[in-house]
Parts: sequence; structure tokens; C-alpha cells
Amino acid sequence: MSDAVLETRGLYKAYGPRTVISDMNISLPAGKIIGLLGPNGCGKTTLIKLAAGILTPTDGEILVCGRQPDEVTRSFVSYLPERTYLSGRMTARSAVDYFSDFYADFDSSRAHSMMAHLGVDPDAKLKTLSKGTKEKLQLILVMSRAARLYLLDEPIGGVDPAAREYILRTIISNYAENSTVLISTHLISDIETVLDDFLFMRSGGIVMQSSVDGAREKYGKSIDELFREVYRC
Amino acid sequence: MEFVWHIDGTAPLYIQLADDIRLAIIQGRLMPGARIASVRDLAFDAKVNPNTMQRALTELEREGLIETHGTAGRFVAVNEEVLKSIKDRVIDDLVSDFIKRMEALDCDREEAVRRINERKGEE
Repeated sequence: MSDAVLETRGLYKAYGPRTVISDMNISLPAGKIIGLLGPNGCGKTTLIKLAAGILTPTDGEILVCGRQPDEVTRSFVSYLPERTYLSGRMTARSAVDYFSDFYADFDSSRAHSMMAHLGVDPDAKLKTLSKGTKEKLQLILVMSRAARLYLLDEPIGGVDPAAREYILRTIISNYAENSTVLISTHLISDIETVLDDFLFMRSGGIVMQSSVDGAREKYGKSIDELFREVYRC
Repeated sequence: MEFVWHIDGTAPLYIQLADDIRLAIIQGRLMPGARIASVRDLAFDAKVNPNTMQRALTELEREGLIETHGTAGRFVAVNEEVLKSIKDRVIDDLVSDFIKRMEALDCDREEAVRRINERKGEE
């Protein structure tokens, strides 16, 4: 058994004839915030969905705390999907209650305090909220759990810069030492100071894996600049 | 907080964070013997990863600028010799950097010194 929070061994995923993840071998330790970076369509969302147990591998293995994703891993994996899944008829307050019933590790008071900070009205119907406010609420719900693994698929794309700062600070101050946060994003300059490590993905594989400071030391560049170089069109 | 965080695109983050904390100490914004905030609070303030902040503090401990007192936390060292030698080093680094930049503009040391002296009374 390894201590990895997320591990893949020869992971392979295809949709029909189209290969999306190809022979991926990664091992992500506990206590780190890790950026999953790469251009659109390189397989970031597929990897996250495999870890969340929403998709199953075509071949190879993906393990969360040593276990194939199932109902048990879902109890300690907190997943923020790319798109909203909350019903528009719900209020933010009822969404909090729903999460609180569903997840034993959910902290309602933390959620309400973050909502107050970010100006999310608990009694407004979700369908009346702006896209950015809905995104804030979803991230609040996901970060109010005490999970082992947080899977955040493009968590800050739709929110304004001030809320982005608050959200990044929320991630810094909320994750525990035994948990790992995997964040997929293309907003690298906003997020790179928050990361321990990063993975560059390209066409279903990992092309670079390093600590942020390791790469800065080696290349004398920010991860944002490095990304532009590696993925130059 | 007492810190002004400057993070740019080139050097490792922990080195830049250590620079900012070092400057706060040698400028006296953080006095000898003062308690330093927790890693998590500093990380929150600077919007950086706590492990990176931890590494910056470890670097300053290694230099002798910061001391850990068991569970009481981290404090600015009271050793004046260490403080002075580090302040000297920071000033020397700034001067070396200045000389390099001037040389890159074909401005030799005599001219650089002359220009500095010409500024006397202007500020």
C-alpha cells in the first residue's frame, strides 16, 4: 500500500475510438495543493471524473486512498464539477441542508460563514442567482466538507477577481494536512502561488510534473510563462 | 500585518517570501523578540501555499534571523550581530545589483558615484 491520496497505474480511458487518457501513471501525496494544467480537451475533466467515480477506466487503475472509486470513496472525496448540478428551485440554504444531510463531513456553519463573506443570499432561489454567484455557492459547498481529496474542476473561471482571491484564501486555510486538493484550471497566474505542485497534461498524458518552486528554480520562469512555452501554438 | 509581499515571475516563491520577511525585520517593522504569526496566517495573508511559507521561515531560521521557542511559536532573533550582518548583506546585494545594471548601460563606477553625489540635497 502506498500513502498516495490519488494514484493511477497504466490508466487508460477511451470514448469509443477516441482515446482521452493514455497510460497515465501518477501518484499524488497527502497535504498538497496540486494544479492540473493543460489546454482544452487534453483530458483534465476526464481524469477528475474518473477520480470522482463518475467514469470508469477502460483499462488500468485509478485509486483514491488505495481504493477504486465507489460509494465509500465518495464519502471522503469532495468533487466540484465543471457544470452546475443544483436545482434552480432550491435556495442556497436548502442546498446547505441537503449537503449536510448527505455528507457526514459537512460543516454547515462554515458554509454559512463563507456565504456571508461572499455575499450569497441564503434565501434566494438558485435560478435567480448570477452564474458567478452560483459558482461561488458550489465551491463553498465543496470546501465546507472535511474531505481527504478535493477535486475542483475549473473552480474560479466564472467569478470576479476579488471573489477569486477570497476563494483561493479559503482553499489555503481550509484544507487539512492529510488532505489533497487537485485543481484544474487555465488561470495559472492567479493560482500558481497557491500550489505546491503542478501537472502539465497534453493529449491524455502528463508532460511535466514538478513542484512550483522546483520548476521556478530550474527554468527561472513562472509556471504561467512555462505553460505558454510548453503549449505554444 | 507588518509585511509587504512582492511576488514576481522568476525566482522560487519561498525565496521571495523570505526576502519580504527579512526586509520587514531589518527595517524594524518587526522588532527583535517579536512573535511571528503562524504559518497558516502568513500564508493566508500572502495568498501562498502554507508549505511554501513554511520553507521561507525555515530558510530564515537557518540564517539565524528567526528562532523557534518550542510550542510558543516563532520569534524574531534578538541577536544584534546577526541582524547587522544580514542587513549588511542585503545592502551589499542591492549595491551589486545596482553596479551590474549601471555597467549594462556602460556607466562606470566613477560616473555612478558622481551621479549619486549630484543628487544630494534634491530629496
